Amino acid sequence: MQNLIKNDAVTEDAWRLIRSDEESFGAAEDVILPLAAWLALDPAARSGQAAPWLAPDADLGLLLPVLAQLPLIAIDFPAFTDGRGYSLARLLRERYGYQGELRAIGDVQRDQLAYMAQVGFTAFAIRDDRPAEAALDGLRDFSDQYQATVLQPEPLFKRRTQR
Amino acid sequence: MYKYDEVDHRLVRERVEQFRDQTRRYLAGELSEDEFRPLRLMNGLYVQRHAPMLRVAIPYGHLSSTQLRKLSHIARTYDRGYAHLTTRQNIQFNWPALERVPDILAELAEVEMHAIQTSGNCVRNTTTDAFAGVAADELIDGRAYCEIIRQWSTLHPEFAYLPRKFKIAVSGSADDRAATQVHDIGLHVVKNDAGEVGFKVIVGGGLGRTPLVGKTIREFLPTRHLLTYLDAVLRVYNRFGRRDNKYKARIKILVQALTPEAFAAKVEDEWAHLKDGPATLRDEDVAHYASFFTDPAYEPLAANPDSFTGPLASDAAFAKWVARNTRSHKQGGYRSVVLSLKKTGVPPGDITAEQMDAAADWADRFGFGELRVAHEQNLILPDVKESDLYEVWQLARQHGFATPNVGLLTDIICCPGGDFCSLANARSIPVAEAIQQKFDSLDYLFDLGDIDCNFSGCMNACGHHHIGNIGILGVDKNGEEWYQITLGGSQGNQTAIGKVIGPSFAQADVPLAFEKIMNLYVEQRLAGERFIETVRRIGLEPFKERVYAKSH
Ligand code: HEM
Ligand code: SF4
Repeated sequence: MQNLIKNDAVTEDAWRLIRSDEESFGAAEDVILPLAAWLALDPAARSGQAAPWLAPDADLGLLLPVLAQLPLIAIDFPAFTDGRGYSLARLLRERYGYQGELRAIGDVQRDQLAYMAQVGFTAFAIRDDRPAEAALDGLRDFSDQYQATVLQPEPLFKRRTQR
Repeated sequence: MYKYDEVDHRLVRERVEQFRDQTRRYLAGELSEDEFRPLRLMNGLYVQRHAPMLRVAIPYGHLSSTQLRKLSHIARTYDRGYAHLTTRQNIQFNWPALERVPDILAELAEVEMHAIQTSGNCVRNTTTDAFAGVAADELIDGRAYCEIIRQWSTLHPEFAYLPRKFKIAVSGSADDRAATQVHDIGLHVVKNDAGEVGFKVIVGGGLGRTPLVGKTIREFLPTRHLLTYLDAVLRVYNRFGRRDNKYKARIKILVQALTPEAFAAKVEDEWAHLKDGPATLRDEDVAHYASFFTDPAYEPLAANPDSFTGPLASDAAFAKWVARNTRSHKQGGYRSVVLSLKKTGVPPGDITAEQMDAAADWADRFGFGELRVAHEQNLILPDVKESDLYEVWQLARQHGFATPNVGLLTDIICCPGGDFCSLANARSIPVAEAIQQKFDSLDYLFDLGDIDCNFSGCMNACGHHHIGNIGILGVDKNGEEWYQITLGGSQGNQTAIGKVIGPSFAQADVPLAFEKIMNLYVEQRLAGERFIETVRRIGLEPFKERVYAKSH
């Protein structure tokens, strides 16, 4: 899947997304695994990197002990109208201080990107049948926002009265 | 009134451009019907029986004369010369062309208006008492907080895709006129014993298929914590609200499933992390928003000038109108005028472009250029001198705005029903009209006194039938339109869900059932007892007996 937006550009994807436990993968591959599979993995048995992807109802508590070492966490959007992933992203960034790549996967399209970026996503795996190039514009839909967000922790009302 | 600054303007313009592009992609086949639907709903665009319907936000019911003129211009240019005021203080256009909606939005943006989040599964327009800032019984003017909530909820990145729609109402008066107990969140602005201002927080109220009165989850929330607490409630809902069944997706179902206590505890846990964070309001922040809601330049006037009391004594029709369609004002010598949109023969809440222009002119000429939309679907001139009332009444009469029925049986809250809405079981407008015709004697109506009559065309309850003292619900019986009657519902401080009196009625029999109910009330009432009080005292049984008695 080469439909990834990262650092404001469409980029090559070094990671392979493994959707189901049945799918096989090589020991040297960098893979994003279902959370349970990732938890069960023996890192000593492989040379490639491994990262988990989270369903929208995932229990973040399982990740907390190893959060600082994780290079990547993906959050799945089974449908673009499912908004739970936005709260998970914010919790990972704001409450648990996660610093690595946070990637949106699943039904990810242009019109979600502005909001996703604000809540802390840094990479967007655009749905295969949609051109990532066109989706890039979605990141530029809004030049500001009212709320305190991961990208701009100072809400607009504070910036207003400080002027 | 709140005035946009450069950022507010920019964000609304950017939303217009975003929507223009979404519409373009939809029309070009780049977005499917299913993908476009949530995007257009989030911008107030429904696709209805005849045409798209565009719902425009009137934040907490506040409207300037300039904005109202723009709405009349839109009604003339893009629609059929009229619009419809809704029970959530918004305005709807019933016939715009999809392709032209972006242009309508661009025109609205010029006057600081938009359709952002007037529909869809997101935080909707915040509503409040239509008399906020002018009511004689107001404890605290909550409008600064309404604007703070409006901005917080607008394009909130975390809460754009909630399980279901989310509605917040604020009340600052002794008498709750904002139906706060039937909202997802109801906020009462209150003072604690130390004189500190805060909010009582009620969650999980709502009508629809599962009508529920909200539960208080916090007795006192200091105002500075408003936004962090709202973030906590919304986050709990966003994460744990049901998404598998849209009829069980409102927050009320989550609150009920967890119990209000357990829900409150979950919110407190979440809030413990957010409390005192960056979104905490400082005094200067609140002061900034409050500065937009200061009193206009009222003249110091004596109450009851001769120019008011004279016509009041000599003109009985004027006196009737004053009694029903004006309200006491915190400022001596002024009153608020309710322009009734409940004239018999006109769908409740419908307003023509001519009426909009006329009302805008009166707001400028007799007031301070401001108007309000009431959730009872009427338009309000908040500040009129008593000495001008006689003239305002005459003008209002010429424009079909002066039916003296505010709060009376014929001031029916009514959804668009089967004439416009594809979800309807039955039409509502012709039945509302038949009731209005049955009760066309003003003297009789006045004698019946305060009665809230609410009408919905299906169980989605857009017309709030559950909280009508007398409610009507359209039901489908083998493809025919039937009507169920409920009694005992009420809004405000004693919010209650009405109870069905028995089997439903055919369309032609509804006015007769109403007549029987009113006759019984007149026979049974104690001196000075209002309809709802009689219903509460004697219960439903006598009404059932009367209505369903076999006639010989
Ligand atoms: C004509 C097209 C309309 C459609 C298709 C429509 C659809 C709906 C639906 C499906 C619901 C139930 C949502 C739920 O229970 O979660 C609802 C609720 C509601 N609608 Fe409408 N509606 C329409 C017009 C209106 C109008 C004109 C008004 C105002 C007069 C209105 C006011 C409301 C209100 C206040 C509720 C909330 C009831 C509650 O608290 O659950 N709607 N609408
Ligand atoms: S109550 Fe039903 S019929 Fe009336 S507007 Fe709402 S969805 Fe339509």
